[in-house]
Amino acid sequence: MKLNSFKLLVAATFLSVLVAPTAYSAADKEPNLDANVDLSDKVSLARGAKYYANYCMGCHSLGFSRYNRVAADLGMEEADIKPLIFTRDDDDNIHKPGALMVNAIRTKDAIRWFGIAPPDLTVIARSRGGGDWLYSYFKGFYRDDSRPFGVNNLYFSNVGMPHVLEELQGVQELVVADDGTKTLTLAEPGRMSAGEYDQVAKDLTNFLVYVGEPAQLHRTFYGILTLLFLLVLLVLSYFLKKEFWKDIH
Amino acid sequence: MSLLNWIDARFPATKVWNEHIAEYYAPKNFNFFYFFGSLAMLCLVLQIVTGIFLTMHYKPDAEMAFASVEYIMRDVPGGWFIRYMHSTGASMFFIVIYLHMFRGLIYGSFKGPRELVWLIGMLIYLALMAEAFMGYLLPWGQMSFWGAQVIINLFNTIPFIGDVVSTTIRGDFVISDPTLNRFFAFHVVAVPLILVGLVFVHIVALHTVGSNNPDGVEIKKLKDEKGIPLDGIPFHPYYTVKDIVGVVVFLIVFFFIVFFMPEGGGYFIEHANFEPANALKTPEHIAPVWYFTPFYTVLRAVPDPWYGTLAMFAAIAVLFVLPWLDKNPIKSVRYRNKAHLINLSWFAITFIVLGFLGVMAVTDTLKELGTRGTQIYFLFFAVTYVHSRPQQANYLMWFVILLVSVLFWDFLRYDASFTANQSSLFWQFLLLPIAYLATTLLLPHFVGGANKEKEVPTRVTG
Repeated sequence: MKLNSFKLLVAATFLSVLVAPTAYSAADKEPNLDANVDLSDKVSLARGAKYYANYCMGCHSLGFSRYNRVAADLGMEEADIKPLIFTRDDDDNIHKPGALMVNAIRTKDAIRWFGIAPPDLTVIARSRGGGDWLYSYFKGFYRDDSRPFGVNNLYFSNVGMPHVLEELQGVQELVVADDGTKTLTLAEPGRMSAGEYDQVAKDLTNFLVYVGEPAQLHRTFYGILTLLFLLVLLVLSYFLKKEFWKDIH
Repeated sequence: MSLLNWIDARFPATKVWNEHIAEYYAPKNFNFFYFFGSLAMLCLVLQIVTGIFLTMHYKPDAEMAFASVEYIMRDVPGGWFIRYMHSTGASMFFIVIYLHMFRGLIYGSFKGPRELVWLIGMLIYLALMAEAFMGYLLPWGQMSFWGAQVIINLFNTIPFIGDVVSTTIRGDFVISDPTLNRFFAFHVVAVPLILVGLVFVHIVALHTVGSNNPDGVEIKKLKDEKGIPLDGIPFHPYYTVKDIVGVVVFLIVFFFIVFFMPEGGGYFIEHANFEPANALKTPEHIAPVWYFTPFYTVLRAVPDPWYGTLAMFAAIAVLFVLPWLDKNPIKSVRYRNKAHLINLSWFAITFIVLGFLGVMAVTDTLKELGTRGTQIYFLFFAVTYVHSRPQQANYLMWFVILLVSVLFWDFLRYDASFTANQSSLFWQFLLLPIAYLATTLLLPHFVGGANKEKEVPTRVTG
């Protein structure tokens, strides 16, 4: 019997994939909601940028990103992004669109108010492995009077910040069924309907997923070109090899 | 050509070209596994070239490192492309190297006269691990920091001098700016120089003894009247055009990852590494990058940290002595007995399973499985030794000896504090090393067919 080593390797890999994860059980965490991230929806991204500037950026900077890059990627003019700039430079002039998206909160104050400096969120979507967790988080706040800010979060237990979007969403309450399943119900409605708020959560998620890696808007395009080129090269190199090898037996 | 003559009078350009490329005779029956040598060279070049461009923009400074990587990803034109090629290249390098080493294992390429090729190759593997480990600190994310923390703390477990050693490695009492600076120096200057030097020596040694092949036949034994091996063909043009096909297929996989899944599902770039290093916040779950995880599982399988560290380094060190463990004159698995094939299969599966276990959080089941996998990993080398002389081997005696050593290890680690679940897993998974020893030692003893070796042909096949 002549051993086909390649088959052996494939079989080994396959078996291992079967064996290894069987015993793996997910930790006792609420499964994330599905965010259906759609980066081609530029209007949603732009709305997300607006909501972020209005509700989040006071505390959470996007310190690795620049306003003009966001504008360019979202198909806007630099002038369109200027209304989102609130910070000033050393000469007390409003920051130019080429500036990094920082904020004015002082770390010392933040620690006094929250016990911790609010983290920069430029790459939060990447550190959470995509947008699902963010989307869930935006929808996961519920009233919990035992917490300093009066709220807790189903997807981030003992969260250290208030529910900033409460005026839009309203107040949710946690209901735990007998079998342990947790659901959130709206106790006091906010300014928006549930559907409208879902869209806000989605816009913010889309924007944060985009801002985590601006290159993802473009890289698949280059990827397709590269792979097409390589496929042509593969055909050529295959026949080149065949031509050279036809006298080897 | 007069220019070439001018050069040849001063430098052996034509001679080197002929000796190593145009008149280097390689066996004509190379298969799939023989692409990975040239692909490893390609990976090395890719890493060096992309690394040079990254170095132009990266700041080896604890305050700026994380931000400078994001700067590369956003503000440097094409920076994300360079960075993804480098991060993907690291993982692909290890995939290629593992397949390259596996090739050596199944076709006996480590055996005489190629022991030095194997030893130099193992040194390259060590240098590569050091290179990857230090490179992983540079983005200064949470996994960079805590992964380095775990590994450097291993040196703490060395009796008496542990503190001094780990402090010397860090250049501080904790991982901090000096650690980052020295790792940067090693990653971009020292280790790449060593790697390039070792690769050069690896190839010189290989071209002295000649390439092995899937049949394990020495092609130099049969030569024609001009002194050319009958089964040999010139490396150029035959294998250069063949390797181009391999390179293109490799690049298709490589660029698919770079452009469509650069994080490699969180295995090539770990999600937690997008959080800046924070010495005050220990992540819930610290997993090294996937290419270290088989050895990480070995480390975790031993409860005592110092013995665990020894076991981890032993798992790598034992590969060095492989040429002196496997003394069977037949090189290729094709002509060895079936028990040897089963042994190699167990080893491949065990290595991959150990790798999977290393990225996961520890549970009772996974811990026990990891321990049993570690036992099989080490048993493999003993069984390989026994299989050196399949006709004379006293399989029953070795079965008993190795089973007793497994039980002795188990006796040492069995603890009265085991929970009911742990001790039931302990007994259940004992079946694994028993099954391993039974299929590799009892099977060839009781079933003659599994111990029969085939005659090695004088010429290569296919």
